[in-house]
Amino acid sequence: MSRLIRPGDWLVLLGGAVLTGWLAWQLWGQGQARSVTIRAGGQRVASLSLLHNRLVPVRGPLGVTVVEIAGGKARIKQDPSPRQYCVHQGWLSRAGQVAICLPNATSIELTGPDQPYDSLNF
Amino acid sequence: MTASTSDTRWLHAQPHDHRIARLAALAIVLAVVDAGIPSPLPGIKPGLANIVTLLALESLGWRAAVWVSLLRILGAGLLLGSLLTPGFFLGLAGGIASLAGLGLTQGWPKRWFGPVSASLVAAFCHIGGQLLLARAWLIPSDNILYFVPAFALAALLSGLVNGIIADKLLEGSPCAPSTPSPSP
Repeated sequence: MSRLIRPGDWLVLLGGAVLTGWLAWQLWGQGQARSVTIRAGGQRVASLSLLHNRLVPVRGPLGVTVVEIAGGKARIKQDPSPRQYCVHQGWLSRAGQVAICLPNATSIELTGPDQPYDSLNF
Repeated sequence: MTASTSDTRWLHAQPHDHRIARLAALAIVLAVVDAGIPSPLPGIKPGLANIVTLLALESLGWRAAVWVSLLRILGAGLLLGSLLTPGFFLGLAGGIASLAGLGLTQGWPKRWFGPVSASLVAAFCHIGGQLLLARAWLIPSDNILYFVPAFALAALLSGLVNGIIADKLLEGSPCAPSTPSPSP
């Protein structure tokens, strides 16, 4: 009656394979972060596990930056910088993600089991 | 007048009902076999019973496929003792999602898309429905996402194999009239 696998079937199969590959790349390729490194004025202030929910105040030239760690994610909760870029970045959850508050010279960087890229050091 | 016990009500089973019942019985047997096959990760199964759903879809229409699928989920739940357990609800969510997906593929031109397409779409819908329910209810954490690629790969393989088997079975044997009759 008809050929076993019709042309459209190959298309659907290809679509499924691409979807599977994309999911694997998206969810397995980029490592989930395990810890966060907090820096102030270029100095490493702390390296903390993301498993422990806590608020960390970090002192900078303008005032106090508050780093929040909750549910395996981290963010800059409060910052005295005028433009609030790092606060608006919101929650970070993947290894290699960075939020930098330039005016206050503070930053957080998420680290995982393996570092996919290094964006802070040249 | 009140109904007395002497009133006899007859439920007449049409040939169509018999065909659905036969397919559902076959699907339940395959679901029990399926449950006995060891799997590396909970939730990953070949889904052999879905072959029967595909047969029902192709030969009797989408409404028959809904009947066969839901009867199989209920019957297998009773036989395996998993009725109303989380696993049962996961299977139900997956089953409903795949039936929705199968309904979608019914609109596709038959010349280009066969049972293999339907099977693949149903398999991906199945894991989609299961994962949504699991994320919303059983494991309300994003950590469940870590297993998604494994589920997707399983859906790809089992969807392909089941689709080819269903296609093979449909090729030779016209087990039912090709025009789907409306179910009562």
